Amino acid sequence: MNGSVASIETLTSVDGPGIRTIVFMSGCHKRCMYCHNPEMFKMTKPNYKDKDLVEKILRYKNYFKRGGGVTFSGGEPLLQTDFLIKVCKKLKEENIHIAIDTAGDYIGDLQELLKYVDLVILDIKDTRPKEYEYLTKSKMKKFNAFVKKLNKTKVDVFIRQVIIPDFNDNISYIKSLREYLKQINNIKDVAFLPYHKLGSEKYLELGLFNPMLNVKEMDKDKCDKLYQAFLNL
Amino acid sequence: MKEFIKGNYEEEIDVRDFIMKNITRYEGDESFLAPISEKTKKVWSKCEKLLKEELKKSVLDIDTTHVSGITNFDAGYIDKEMEVIVGLQTDAPLKRMMNPFGGLRMVKNSLKAYNYQMDPTIEKYFPMFTKSHNDGVYDAYNDEIKLAKHVGLITGLPDAYGRGRIIGDYRRVALYGIDFLIQEKEKDFKKIKVELDDSIRLREEVSMQIKALKKIKEMALSYGLDISKPAKNSFEAVQWLYFGYLAAVKENNGAAMSLGRVDAFLDIYFERDLANGKITEAEIQELIDQFVIKLRLVRHLRTPEYDELFSGDPTWVTCSLGGCDKKGRSMVTKTTFRILHTLTNLDPAPEPNMTVLWSLNLSENFKKYAAKMSIKTDAIQYENDDIMRPIYGDDYAIACCVSAMEIGKNMQFFGARCNLAKALLYSINEGYDEMEYVKVLNGIPKIESKYLDYETVKKNFYKVIEKTAKIYVDAMNIIHYMHDKYAYEASQMALHDTYVKRLMAYGVAGLSVVADSLSAIKYAKVKPLRDEHAIAKDFVVEGDYPKYGNDDDRVDNIAKDVLKKLYHELSKHATYRDSFPTLSVLTITSNVVYGHKTGTTPDGRLAGTPFAPGANPMHGRDTSGALASLNSVAKLDYANCCRDGISNTFSIVPTTLGKTLPEQINNLCGILDGYFENGAHHLNVNVLTRELLIDAKNNPEKYPLLTIRVSGYSVRFNRLTPEQQDEVINRTFHEAM
Repeated sequence: MNGSVASIETLTSVDGPGIRTIVFMSGCHKRCMYCHNPEMFKMTKPNYKDKDLVEKILRYKNYFKRGGGVTFSGGEPLLQTDFLIKVCKKLKEENIHIAIDTAGDYIGDLQELLKYVDLVILDIKDTRPKEYEYLTKSKMKKFNAFVKKLNKTKVDVFIRQVIIPDFNDNISYIKSLREYLKQINNIKDVAFLPYHKLGSEKYLELGLFNPMLNVKEMDKDKCDKLYQAFLNL
Repeated sequence: MKEFIKGNYEEEIDVRDFIMKNITRYEGDESFLAPISEKTKKVWSKCEKLLKEELKKSVLDIDTTHVSGITNFDAGYIDKEMEVIVGLQTDAPLKRMMNPFGGLRMVKNSLKAYNYQMDPTIEKYFPMFTKSHNDGVYDAYNDEIKLAKHVGLITGLPDAYGRGRIIGDYRRVALYGIDFLIQEKEKDFKKIKVELDDSIRLREEVSMQIKALKKIKEMALSYGLDISKPAKNSFEAVQWLYFGYLAAVKENNGAAMSLGRVDAFLDIYFERDLANGKITEAEIQELIDQFVIKLRLVRHLRTPEYDELFSGDPTWVTCSLGGCDKKGRSMVTKTTFRILHTLTNLDPAPEPNMTVLWSLNLSENFKKYAAKMSIKTDAIQYENDDIMRPIYGDDYAIACCVSAMEIGKNMQFFGARCNLAKALLYSINEGYDEMEYVKVLNGIPKIESKYLDYETVKKNFYKVIEKTAKIYVDAMNIIHYMHDKYAYEASQMALHDTYVKRLMAYGVAGLSVVADSLSAIKYAKVKPLRDEHAIAKDFVVEGDYPKYGNDDDRVDNIAKDVLKKLYHELSKHATYRDSFPTLSVLTITSNVVYGHKTGTTPDGRLAGTPFAPGANPMHGRDTSGALASLNSVAKLDYANCCRDGISNTFSIVPTTLGKTLPEQINNLCGILDGYFENGAHHLNVNVLTRELLIDAKNNPEKYPLLTIRVSGYSVRFNRLTPEQQDEVINRTFHEAM
């Protein structure tokens, strides 16, 4: 079976625990305004055989021994669930720690895939349905369905929340997030990611309109303060 | 009273036996370490002032009235009252010596560059009464060698200065005292029968060694210390050992004058004296700190051209640390920590060149401490003990950057390197040099096809390698014959066994350029653009091809095969003193100079632009991330091909290693464990500092590959706008460190 892989970065330590190899999967139905990987919007022609991808990842197995592993990100990796099932099944046989970095937009047999997954890094776009739709150009219903399925498993969950100036950088949003997260099981970590503009060059190169052109980067200290406030809620 | 455990080392010279019988392995952490002492602070602050002054003037001072030699200089001090370890190369700190034995011209040029004048008597009589190594070499060179040197096919040969890369077993001075060493050499001398060249030369050498030993004793006496007997305590162990090393750098100016492996050895004295209440931890650290200060002050007089080749005035006082014994047990001691701790007590510095012999078996505590010091100081290189130990045993050390040798039992004939990228161009240009338009090699068939055919180019290239190997071997045989004759390292060889195994250390530059060029010819279409003399000055590459550094066997195997072929050809020829051929893939900074002399290559590298250093992939072509790049280098064969080392430089920003310092430490350990488990040999680790990132912003050409990572995203630093770069600089160093 073939999958669409946008790129592979063999060393990351910021996309899950330990030393990791990250596989960016092509294709995403959302159009999040702050997306920093717009080159992965389009689902490209399948370019990787499952067994080749497994072989490729296993080349880095010796580096993963201190709690590292592989992370599937994107794009939205769960648009290729069936492909990932094939890949992850084999990786699990080799005892590789598997993380999926997702916004919850899945197609296919999610329950089967989650059998092999150790960690879901879950991107909370917004807790408010209207803002969710404004930000991502997609409905929140699908996300809620994902959480339901996720809650039926014992998979660890890391929460990621992008903080955007004048959009969600306020205490009332943080409170709503705290409330919202109560419905998700097995949360092991929550991180706030300050909105950055490092992806803006990519929009220029692709000739795409950058909807966040006039938004400034999120102040890091303010973001840290909000996070502290979140922890103290 | 704690005494040393007895052993064979008492019967004959056997330092390894002493270490293995007495070592106290340490599995704990760094919490026992002591801060800098008041005395050391005073000595070091004086040195810091001098070092600053030196940096301004390039050279602080030169002694123009004496030439190099073990006893040719009066005793010198930094701050006599405060120095617990004594001894300087000349009579004042950072004052350089003239060493005309390697080559007089080099000394004259150096003096001229810094506005000094050689004592006229020396200038007049030295060439009148004696001959330098350089004179000898040029009396014997043939035209082929001279041409290959001129065009830069073979470069950096030690034919005008000291060859270096010899490590005396300086520990012998401490363990045995000079008198016993003389006695043993005299015994050996009597046993060498007078026969022909080999035995006569050896008899002369051993006599010179004995004289050198006597001079080492005399030199130590000028500091009021009698080293005829073994060191009785911790202070004497460090001081005696240092006198051994000091004699070497008074006598020689080798490109690399490395220290060897002293951590477990010195630790044995410290442990005994600690157990007997004779010394405190603070006093031990003071000895180590002050010893290291001395090593940091070693200088040689070089020309500005030499500095261009090896920027930064390096001396490669390489200090090998840790490693395991033959049974795979860690040889890390408290003193391994103490030596690394000098990077904290003094400040981070490139010398002595801290080299950790990494093994999967080293304790977690030590691995983490070393990784932490790497992150904080950038000053550590790592080499794979698990692949060196089966070849060199458990009492070897590293000379220069990557050259392993058994201490006191092996010595090396250093041989710089040949320029493989240029060799590849000769195979396309009928043996003509692409820059100088002279025919360097005969018998290379002309290529006239519009596109380069892989099999044809490869066949030609292998022919070029065969011919180049012969010239290279001839040059090396001449150089080391003459170096033994005119600039023999008597003090260093006195601290070796009389019968040593010699290694003939060849090297290559431009490996990644060649691998990518051949890959382009094989997997894409490459059209040479020839000028009116039919020299290919440029290449058009149509289509894509696999590039070295992406863990792609199609091209990585090309790199392996080229090395195998070259090593095979070099091994075919007889070598001076039956030395065993070895090969390194190593350049430190000379990749810039080699690149400067080389035309445009089929991989698209432009004429005159630098090669990648050592075995590194070419800048910007390893696009699959750091682990893929590391894996490509790890495939090169150490044990069967490149036994003189495979160097790789790895740069990373702290936040790419992880969010918090403990995460960064753990992840760096993971990278090192994985890389070395995959069979790699060496890694220079640069965990980039804020200052370096600022430099990268101002000089982007120096850091083409610098990658910045934030969660889920990566970008080349150079692609960011100046404002973004500032932001990254602030962001990167705000959080973790």
